[in-house]
Amino acid sequence: MSIFEEIIGMFSYSFMIRAMIVGGLVALIASILGVVLVLKRYSMIGDGLSHVGFGAMAISLAFNEAPLVFAIPIVIVAAFLLLRVSENSKIKGDAAIGLISSSSLAIGMIINSLSNGTNIDLNSYMFGSILAIEKSEMILCIILGVIIIGVFIYFYNPIFAVTFDENFAKATGLKVEVYKTVLSVLTALTIVIGMRIMGTLLISSLIIFPALSAMRITKKFKSVMIISVIISLVCFFAGLIASYLIEIPTGASIVVSNLIMFIVMSIIGLFRGKM
Amino acid sequence: MSQITCKDVSIAYEKENVISNVSFEIEKGDYVSIIGENGTGKSSLLKGILGLVPLKEGQIVFDEGCSRRNIGYLSQQNPMQKDFPASVYEVVISGCLKNKGFLPFYSKKEKELAINNLKKMGMEQLKNSCYADLSGGQKQRVLLARALCATDSIIVLDEPITGLDPVATNDMYKLVEKLNKEQKITIIMVTHDIDNAIKYSDKILHLHRNNKYYFGPKEDYLVHGGCTPDCCMDVKYGPADSECSDPSCKCHISFNGKELAKQTRNALKGNEGGMK
Repeated sequence: MSIFEEIIGMFSYSFMIRAMIVGGLVALIASILGVVLVLKRYSMIGDGLSHVGFGAMAISLAFNEAPLVFAIPIVIVAAFLLLRVSENSKIKGDAAIGLISSSSLAIGMIINSLSNGTNIDLNSYMFGSILAIEKSEMILCIILGVIIIGVFIYFYNPIFAVTFDENFAKATGLKVEVYKTVLSVLTALTIVIGMRIMGTLLISSLIIFPALSAMRITKKFKSVMIISVIISLVCFFAGLIASYLIEIPTGASIVVSNLIMFIVMSIIGLFRGKM
Repeated sequence: MSQITCKDVSIAYEKENVISNVSFEIEKGDYVSIIGENGTGKSSLLKGILGLVPLKEGQIVFDEGCSRRNIGYLSQQNPMQKDFPASVYEVVISGCLKNKGFLPFYSKKEKELAINNLKKMGMEQLKNSCYADLSGGQKQRVLLARALCATDSIIVLDEPITGLDPVATNDMYKLVEKLNKEQKITIIMVTHDIDNAIKYSDKILHLHRNNKYYFGPKEDYLVHGGCTPDCCMDVKYGPADSECSDPSCKCHISFNGKELAKQTRNALKGNEGGMK
């Protein structure tokens, strides 16, 4: 069987189709938000949130609640706190994120071991389980994805202004706090649905890599947005297909394809800069 | 009626007043420079006018068809903008945002306004360049164009010439002067560049460390050398070689008379000690 036929064969599995839809959607929204988060120096917040999400998942599994429904509000609250903390607090932002993420990871582990036996499920949240997505989760992901994209397009211009120069935006009467809140809610939602696919440990790569890769080759805000979305989708599908063909973990495969893309873009950027 | 009236304004950070009971009035078309040593609250006052920090006491009233939202702000350069991927045009048009209401995209009129303001600043040919790649002077022109998109009545500038070379500095002052003279835009500028502040502005607000301040026309300022009638102790920051030459002023030390100021201070300390 040729590689081409094998790839066609992928589409015959319904779990693969679900993985592609949900994963593509997450890759798309993560890359859009990633540009803003990276430029605003908030990218580590994504990492922190995913750990908080892990803790929330562990709690919800222990109590047999639906993981996503339980985790979303907790992560939104955490996003809120982290954005506040990184601005005005005695503990510096990066240190605060370190504290919060390791604490929630630890709490998650303890709760999991006390409620004994659900190890396998928790593992899937550590490293993701894109191939085990259920239909109800897919529908939830699609709804959230559409909301996030819609909100982002609607608020695109003010989000640019707030990202570029918060003080100026405030001075012209924009409600900066509102946009930051919107941003933190969107980030939290993206992280929670992304965790299912990429896992706690790998989700921040979906946010950070495409934005950084795009910034190597273009210097306009809008084109950075567009290119990072394209890069993110290409890397996601390349990673997914590679993981299917050579039987490696999907999440890791997607991260590595993002890494390769970043290196290629850096080289292109380097040559362009010299010309 | 004045365009901006500040009445007994106090601003505090964590209970410590940085500005205490400052009052002044700014007329339409004024060119006001705010000067003073570091830590005297210049930038805080500016942020108070812009509504970025809350006032502890007093009030700031806007008039003549002007409101706080009608101010164009040229902020200090933000280190985060150093590698920010944004084109000049994207930066400038973001100044149009405040009038947008609920429409998500810019109208044709706003796009024209942005281009026009870029032309005014002589930056039109660079509108597709990356903002981060521009020189310091060019960046300030872009930010000025953005401020113009946000206002046609007042522009507030926070140390606009920091880090600029002499040519770009001169250039910046000329541009601001042009806006002030030709378009009757009120200018409020925080600066450390006293000589140029005196050269270009109509009024001076000089904030002193001891919560005293001088506000008035430049001509009077030159006579008093930046001192306030009842206190000269901390005045060592002003135009070169200026002295208070007003005989009726209680001020009794020369402007650069640091030695005298020190003596006065010591004398006062001695008195306090004696009183205990």
